Amino acid sequence: MSKEKEIIQIDSIRKDFPVLSEIVHGKNLIYFDNAATTQKPKAVVEALNEYYYHDNSNIHRGAHTLADRATKAYEASRENLAKWFNAESSDQIIFTRGTTDGINLVAATFGKQFISEGDEIVLSTMEHHSNIVPWQMLCESVGAKIKVLPINEKGEIDLEKAEKVFTDKSKLLAVVHVSNALGTINPIPELTKMAREKGAKVLIDGAQSASHLDVDVQKLDCDFFVCSAHKMYGPTGLGVLYGKRDILEKMNPYQGGGEMIKEVDFEGTTYNELPFKFEAGTPNIADVIAFNAALKYLQSIGRDRIREYENDLKEYGRKRLSEIENLKFVGDADQKTAIFSFLLGNAHAFDVGMMLDAKGIAVRTGHHCTQPLMKHYGIEGTVRASLTFYNTREEIDILVESLIDIDKKLN
Amino acid sequence: MKSPEDIQNEIIEEFTFLGDDREAMINYIMELGERLEPLKDSDKVEDNIIKGCQSKVWLISELKDGKVHFTADSNTSITKGLISLLIRVLNDRSPKEIIDTDLFFMEKIGMSNMIGSQRSNGFVSMIKKMKIFALAYQGQLQKE
Repeated sequence: MSKEKEIIQIDSIRKDFPVLSEIVHGKNLIYFDNAATTQKPKAVVEALNEYYYHDNSNIHRGAHTLADRATKAYEASRENLAKWFNAESSDQIIFTRGTTDGINLVAATFGKQFISEGDEIVLSTMEHHSNIVPWQMLCESVGAKIKVLPINEKGEIDLEKAEKVFTDKSKLLAVVHVSNALGTINPIPELTKMAREKGAKVLIDGAQSASHLDVDVQKLDCDFFVCSAHKMYGPTGLGVLYGKRDILEKMNPYQGGGEMIKEVDFEGTTYNELPFKFEAGTPNIADVIAFNAALKYLQSIGRDRIREYENDLKEYGRKRLSEIENLKFVGDADQKTAIFSFLLGNAHAFDVGMMLDAKGIAVRTGHHCTQPLMKHYGIEGTVRASLTFYNTREEIDILVESLIDIDKKLN
Repeated sequence: MKSPEDIQNEIIEEFTFLGDDREAMINYIMELGERLEPLKDSDKVEDNIIKGCQSKVWLISELKDGKVHFTADSNTSITKGLISLLIRVLNDRSPKEIIDTDLFFMEKIGMSNMIGSQRSNGFVSMIKKMKIFALAYQGQLQKE
């Protein structure tokens, strides 16, 4: 048995993800687009069925058995997420529509209240558009400015230069934990320290880290952490915002409606407590419950094992891909996850992607919603293969053979 | 001269011959692209660009003896091949003919995931642009 197979039961894990048995263009599917979205284990789909077949009900107010069951399952998911991220308390876990929604929530509430004219918001060069545009919109409305942390050729934030970006006007550092385009794991503790010294708050975009790294929001000492369920083997259209209690309590509600109120009168309304203050309207009950099934599934394998296995894939992938003479990595940070961004000679990424698709290999090509980062490298886009724990070394071998073949045709 | 419908049917036949072999299909499309009438570098300028999410297309046109002549290029080999198919169907026809042509071959040869799902691939915008050129020339001809 090869080394990586000893870490997790890969064959049985792959059977938990029915989509991995798909045949694409007559070939076995190799799914290397996990940074875009991860596949769902049977347990998640079954939880959705189970909920709709047996428990469907609105939560938090029904005076009947189904409502009680649905509420309990919904809140159990919140509890488990608090455990997953080691939040101080489950009422600091707020359900959103996803990472983008979480960032917009913070921009529209915390941002509008506590960031004003002349203040600065610090981002990094490698931010996803969803961690740029909401801040630009805020800046336009309050007259604040965006400052950018520079990166080096390997795709790492330059800490020496970073220090100079922070000033007394810095009010917020909003930075990606793991770059979706490069796979770089950013030095959050160092950056947080710089932000704290200037009195700035810290928001971490955890879309790519939440299920791949051991995220502990207390250790990270962040004020906000946002992520998406669909990148954590859970359903689409759902995400989490973690916030420090004192800040969440000071923040105004995001949207008004049912659920988020304590008492409504035409003269005025008092708001509900955390976390409900930020969850107006009937929430995405079914998906929240199914998200817990995804978490439990990950917990049953073990986070440490998943991390170790994915590390092995990263090392093996980096080594094997480096053997392709014409392949140039875009970003090759010392600390990174199993995301490989590259170009093949002078071939356009789109051509490479389409040719890989013809071989049954799913990758993403393009700018990966990080146009400022692509501009930094002076390119239009890359080919990105993003791996996770249900991928294998054999699949990497097939990718490498395929790329060698494509290279011959295109270069 | 064959009608646009005839040429589209020809294309469909050629691709049917390739069957379900996706790689063969892509290779064929790229080969077709290599045979496309070259576009001068001086024409590859911002004004002639049709921007897509993934690929760029440059397209120029001129009206000669009442017919529209297109020349195009792309920065990706596959898109270039796809363009060459469009040009094969619509090139050197009257503006009216271009406007009236119903393009049905893309759907039939299963290129949808090369063009449709890539939201704003230059290809989709290119069809629009070719029709806009034709409309403009038609207006010009009517004035004359």
